[in-house]
Amino acid sequence: MSHDRKPRTTDNNGKHDRNEAGKTARSLEGHRTRRAGRQMDRLTEMAWSVNFHLNLPEAEEGQQALVFYPHDENIVHDSFNELIEEQSHKQDGSQVFEMEDMAGRGRENPAFLASPQHSHSNRENFSPFTLRVLSEMPSRTIGTCRGAIISQYYNSTMKLRHRRAALHLGPVRSARPSISGYRVETDVEAAGEEENRKHLFDNLQNLSVSDKGRMLKTMPLSLLEKKNLRHACNSKGFPHSRNQIPCCSQLKYYLIIGFRHSWYSLLSFLFSLQLWHVALKKVSGRFGTSVLSYFVFLKTLLLFNVFLLLVNVFFLAAPQAAHPPSNQTHRAPFQGLELLTGAGYFTDTVMYYGYYTNSTVNGCGPALNGSGCAMGQNSLDTNPRMLYNFPLAYFFTIGVSFFITCIILVYSISKSFGQSYRIDNPHGDLAMKMFCSWDFKVIKKSSVKLQCENICTQMKELLSELARASRQQTLLQRLARMTVHLLAWVMSLGSTVACAMGVYHFSTYMHKDLTTRVSRNETLIHMEASLLALPVVVSTVNLLMPGLFNAVAWMEQYHAPSTQAYVAICRNLLLKMSVLGVLCYHWLGTTISGHVTLSKWVMQNGSTGGLECWETFVGQELYRFLLMDFIFTVLDTILGEFVWRLFSQKVLKRKRKPVFDIARNVLDLIYGQTLAWLGVLFSPLLPAVQIIKLVIVFYIKRTSLMMNCQAPSKPWRASQMTTIFITLLCFPSFLGAAVAVTYTIWTIKPSEGCGPFRTLNTMFESLKIWVRQLEEMNSNFSWFTWIHKYLVENPFFLFAAAGVLLIVIYFHTQVVGGQRKIISLLQEQIDNEGEDKKFLITRLQDIYEKERPVSVRFKQTERRDDSRK
Amino acid sequence: MGASASQISKELLSEYQELTFLTKQEILLAHRRFSELLSKNQDSLTTRVPQEKVLTLPELKSNPFRQRICHVFSTSEEKDDSLSFEDFLDLLSAFSDSATPEIKSHYAFRIFDFDDDGTLDRTDLEHLVNCLTGDTSETRLTPEEMTQLIHNILEESDIDKDGTVNLSEFQHVISRSPDFVSSFKIVL
Repeated sequence: MSHDRKPRTTDNNGKHDRNEAGKTARSLEGHRTRRAGRQMDRLTEMAWSVNFHLNLPEAEEGQQALVFYPHDENIVHDSFNELIEEQSHKQDGSQVFEMEDMAGRGRENPAFLASPQHSHSNRENFSPFTLRVLSEMPSRTIGTCRGAIISQYYNSTMKLRHRRAALHLGPVRSARPSISGYRVETDVEAAGEEENRKHLFDNLQNLSVSDKGRMLKTMPLSLLEKKNLRHACNSKGFPHSRNQIPCCSQLKYYLIIGFRHSWYSLLSFLFSLQLWHVALKKVSGRFGTSVLSYFVFLKTLLLFNVFLLLVNVFFLAAPQAAHPPSNQTHRAPFQGLELLTGAGYFTDTVMYYGYYTNSTVNGCGPALNGSGCAMGQNSLDTNPRMLYNFPLAYFFTIGVSFFITCIILVYSISKSFGQSYRIDNPHGDLAMKMFCSWDFKVIKKSSVKLQCENICTQMKELLSELARASRQQTLLQRLARMTVHLLAWVMSLGSTVACAMGVYHFSTYMHKDLTTRVSRNETLIHMEASLLALPVVVSTVNLLMPGLFNAVAWMEQYHAPSTQAYVAICRNLLLKMSVLGVLCYHWLGTTISGHVTLSKWVMQNGSTGGLECWETFVGQELYRFLLMDFIFTVLDTILGEFVWRLFSQKVLKRKRKPVFDIARNVLDLIYGQTLAWLGVLFSPLLPAVQIIKLVIVFYIKRTSLMMNCQAPSKPWRASQMTTIFITLLCFPSFLGAAVAVTYTIWTIKPSEGCGPFRTLNTMFESLKIWVRQLEEMNSNFSWFTWIHKYLVENPFFLFAAAGVLLIVIYFHTQVVGGQRKIISLLQEQIDNEGEDKKFLITRLQDIYEKERPVSVRFKQTERRDDSRK
Repeated sequence: MGASASQISKELLSEYQELTFLTKQEILLAHRRFSELLSKNQDSLTTRVPQEKVLTLPELKSNPFRQRICHVFSTSEEKDDSLSFEDFLDLLSAFSDSATPEIKSHYAFRIFDFDDDGTLDRTDLEHLVNCLTGDTSETRLTPEEMTQLIHNILEESDIDKDGTVNLSEFQHVISRSPDFVSSFKIVL
């Protein structure tokens, strides 16, 4: 159907229908008792009021055009010519009939236009008889008419009974009850509602008590009706006693009510305590779901870190703090610079790997946590030597926390995938948004307003996406566009590679520099300050490069805001991941080999603040990176948003405020989180730093957003954004960190002079030793060693598990494919039925036309002639 | 307050409980709230409360669909959208926690069916959009946007292509949204 003609007609449509609303309201009274009232005139009146749209949208528009431009005959005829032309394009045989019919009506229309009742004329194309039939179509009455509801439920009780009798399995209510009720519906015509109601009574009486109760409960009838039904059903039953509620039970109810009330108010209080609830709601009300998704993501990250921190404090830091190592060296004095470098004063604390001991302590010390104590006690029964083993605790804590994080991530990915990508949802979710978005719980005036704003923004987002999808381009334009895209990608990839190379060379240079500084015996503070250079350089790269990418994207000029966001995310991600990869290589390769020589030198000359322990050094590096990232984020917010807004408003006299860059900000978060995950092994308390950072960033970003930014000028849909973010968080970020950590645990030799694994060849060896010990001590654990031997050390198991997983995934995709096929078949069937309905209705009208009294036709012909003059 | 609560007999209470999705406590709370809308010596079980009074309830006060909700649940003979206590219970039952998605979508459909003709047509949808986006001029959609929006909604949800959305089509759309049941709720 044509789009261009639409606006004209529908603009008037609104006006017209408002006039109509008054009339409709007046005739409303008949609706509820439509079937009860049998007078013909009343029925006819009701039938007029039914807002029937002809099944052909074209025809409908044509008619409306007629209605709204009654003075302009040309428009009338033009629109019909269009209609007829359109119709003649259709190949369907049944359409010919409709076309004729419409043309006939077109001829008739001027007569109606001449009549004073303009507002009615678009309905008068159908005879009262047809309209009456239409208004009684089951699919229409089921929504409002009491008789229809009763008959529908009569039908379903029938089914229930049949099912009982034949033990035939099937749904109690079909997906389209209106169709199933059709036969009964015709009965209604003959016998009336009372008859039907009687049937329903009979059926209800034959049901069991629980079924009856459920059936009555789920009927969308008024309480009065239900009461009557119930009384009629129970009339043969027991007489009821009309007792008042006894005093004590009344008291009980009051107590319960009071309790519930306080419980609800407590619940609403807890709801208001929900982290940043109000702030998030304000953000979503002003900036839409896209910006909201950034803050929700930040909140998710915060929860991940809280979990990591709790686990680490509980199982590592607290036990270690309760049992400080005996050979403690003197701690460097606090100087202030430590906050930036993470070294010096902090080096020999629970913050870093190097502080932890390889000792085994008595699990029932006063400061120890419960589980450690229980662990100790349980094993005391079997073996008095089995106590809180720090290497093992370290290994398991890190391993288990990574494992749980992985499970949570995969679970949330699958959940959000399930929500945002449904198989039966090919054309978006505009209708769903419309019908389901209103939250009836919201009662505060300001929040209702916010909700309105929010829904409006979302609607506009969806619409802008749709409008974009309908535009087309020529071949030449497309070619030019492709060239520009290619150029942009070359530029961004080239700069990414250059950055990674630069960072690598700079890091090796810095390490050499450090070695020379150490051999020159410089003061500690100078050395530590020089260590800050690398994080500053990397953070500068992270700050400046997105600007370059943005410039490139500006050159490309994407139409769709979401595509632009995806491309920006892709480029930034590539940059960050390559820089991080280079850094990981540097830390796990160069630093360690360098440290072997360094630590030897350190051994000879006494302690130099953690340099003898490469794990601590890497932990400190990660701390510095995390902190620099934070500082640069704050700087970026202040300079990039606040100062830029002042500059553009005061100097450039622009009215526009800067737009919040979601993609870049989310990637900054992911980058920071990757650093935190990488550092957990080397610095168990790093999540605490990350938590503080996230909380501060939340408030800074929110304030800056409210103050400096405006809602995105090109609103875009964010339904799948959260899914993308969480996937990115899982795939390159978490998985990368996990690979690096696993590699360290499995293959790299830990430092000899510090840390819980100081005597071992790899960290993984602690597990092996433990398993061996377990085997020696107690034969009951032999199954455990068996598991270890065959499942952990044997790669075959991993391959088998992966294979099974792949097979399951394959089957699932096949099932989804099959369901898609069935859905499309059903869709086709429904379309066919719709066509049938149209055909039948036009046929009905046709038959009525033929049976019309001649006098009426004659009158109309006369009128038509008048109007033609 | 105690006097008004005693008006519900035990038997009536259990009957209400059986016919609605409300618990006894919720029914009693509803009764208390309903009695507060009446003047002192009116019988809370038989008197109808006019629409204007019902709409002073804070739960309905700012709801853009408040008039529709009253209209749908009113069984008044005079068509003045007044609510009796039983109508009020009906309302709360449909909006309660435990009501089934079918009931909820049925009443949602009737609330959104502004002209009560049993289907959602273009006028109803336009009404609905205006209710959702609010009355302020900045949040209103432009006529072009409105046309586009309604066109797309019909395209998505009107399965049998008759130009309107009927109840089963509506329920089909609703079934795709898991949040509907939790958002279609009014808590006293």
